[in-house]
Formats: sequence, structure tokens, C-alpha cells
Amino acid sequence: MTDTLSPALDERFRTAAADEGLLDVAYDVLADTPIGPLLVGVTDQGVCRITFDPEPERELELLARLYGPRVLRASRPVERLRLELGEYLDGRRRHFDVEPDLRAMPEFNRRVLARLARVEYGSTTTYGALATEVGHARAARAVGTVMNRNPVPIVLPCHRVVGASGKLVGYGGGLDRKEQLLRLEGALL
Amino acid sequence: MPAAVPPFERFYEAHKAEVLRFLGRRLGRERAEDAFQETFLRALRAYPRLEHGEHLRAWVLTIAGRIVLDDVRRRRPHEELPELGTVDAGPAFQDLAPLTDDLPPKERAAVVLRYGYDLGYDDIGAALGSTEEAARQAASAGVRRLRKERT
Repeated sequence: MTDTLSPALDERFRTAAADEGLLDVAYDVLADTPIGPLLVGVTDQGVCRITFDPEPERELELLARLYGPRVLRASRPVERLRLELGEYLDGRRRHFDVEPDLRAMPEFNRRVLARLARVEYGSTTTYGALATEVGHARAARAVGTVMNRNPVPIVLPCHRVVGASGKLVGYGGGLDRKEQLLRLEGALL
Repeated sequence: MPAAVPPFERFYEAHKAEVLRFLGRRLGRERAEDAFQETFLRALRAYPRLEHGEHLRAWVLTIAGRIVLDDVRRRRPHEELPELGTVDAGPAFQDLAPLTDDLPPKERAAVVLRYGYDLGYDDIGAALGSTEEAARQAASAGVRRLRKERT
């Protein structure tokens, strides 16, 4: 068969599409990280999506709805994020230089997530403390919901937010992963 | 309700093999590869303006068809003319392209898509942003006009 699509031709198109700035979201699946498979998505404004154990079908629909239908797998635009995640998971990076793209989030979520971004590597805070810091002292539960819907976990470190009693409470990627990330940072033990 | 526009990844995966075969048959392997990339880049540029996800196959084949026509037109002056009397085994659209140059655009598109690419009238209607019946009428009006011009 002379006209099957070669991987090189496929890759060439995907790269050209990204280079010409024609994508609403470029995404890729990082299949084997120490915390399992991750789907990562970036826009021209930053990182818009990190999902544990992704179901691509569902993820693509969601990304298209939030950012526009030109959602395409393309490795080059996510390269920087891939490197930074690799370094972080390897214990060689404490802070992400990539920017999150939170356009699609409601105002309250953006405020809480902006405050979350300042919680330092290796430390933890509580849902109640974050709520107080954004001026809604009694909104700990709402803050918990914002954490649960954090579109870019790891880069925005919702794993550093725990219950008032010190219990881990919950994590979108599962409690095992929350513990794994906190151990990595030396915040547990 | 018409189908929603799918994420581009789905659209691309669903049609890329057929688009490359289509281009390969008409342009040969090497030129088909450039035309393949151009087809999907054009589709990507137009994608945000799609209002629904119906007839996307006909849509992308129409884009590919236009790129084939551009390519052939661009190269024709440099190609040797076939000797008179040889059987032209080239694809049908190559015969149609110069013949249909003077038709009104809609009739020309309908004739080329129908007889050059063998698309059904429903797909042609979708590709032209009108109906199956309108596509049928445009194609037959085009053919009538061609007959008149030839005589």
C-alpha cells in the first residue's frame, strides 16, 4: 500500500498546525510518569489542563467546549510543560515557570487558585486558611470544591491543601497520589 | 438537531487516511503529502466558522479537491502536453478542470464534484452550503451549458 499515512507526515501536520498558531488547545498524553498517565493541555496563554488517568474522548469534548473546537494532539507545544513536570517529579524542580490559563474558570475559582499558587513547595495549608485569605472565612467547603475542580493540579498545588485536623481529606487524582506528591516534597513524615 | 462540530482531533483522525488516498490517486505520493498538510491546515483555519458537524467528509474532500485543482493548474504549463490520440488514463477531474473553467462557480463546483470526484448530491449540497436538490440542479445546469458551449 503506497498511500498509508506515515507517522512522519502525521507529525509534520500536527507541528505545522501548532507553529501556525491555529490551535485552541494542543494536548498530549504523557503515558508513563511516576504518578501514572497524564493528559496535558496548553493554549497560547498557558497550561489549561492536567488530568490524571484521562479518558481522552471526554477530555477532548470538554476542552473543545471551554476553549474552542480546534483541539489537536501536538507534542511540541506541551514540551516545556513536559520537561518541567519531569523535573518536578524527579525532585529537581520546586517551582513551575509555565503559566496556568484560568480563563474558563469562574471569578471565585480564579481568586482561590491564584492564592493557592503561592503555597510553597514542601508546605501545606488548610481549606479554611485559604478561604480566610480570599475573604470568605466560612467558605472552606467552597474552597474544597474549587480544589476538586482545579484544572491544572500539580502546577497549581492543590495537593498542599489539607483538612484542619491534618487529614489529607481528598484529591481529584486520588488520595494515594496526594500522599505521593507530599512525600516527594518532604511535607509528610 | 444537527451534530455538533467535533474536536478537531476527532475530525482529523476520522478522515486523514481517506484524504491521503484521495490525494495520492490524483497527485501521486510525493505531491500528495504536501497537499495533505495544506488540506488540513485549510480545514483548521475554516473550522471555527463551521456551524454544525454534518457532512464533514464531503467538506474536507471538497477542500482537498480544490487543492488538487490548484496544484494541477499551477503545474500544467510546465508539463508536456499529451500526444494527440493517446488514451488519457488520468483522473476524470483533470479532463473536467479545463472544460469547466467558464462555468458559473456553483455549477462548476457541482459538475466537478459529481463527475470528477464521484460525490453524491447530498454530499455536494453540503459542501456547497445548499441542498441535495440544488446540487443536482446546479450539476445538470452545468452539463447543459457545457453541451451548448461544445456545439
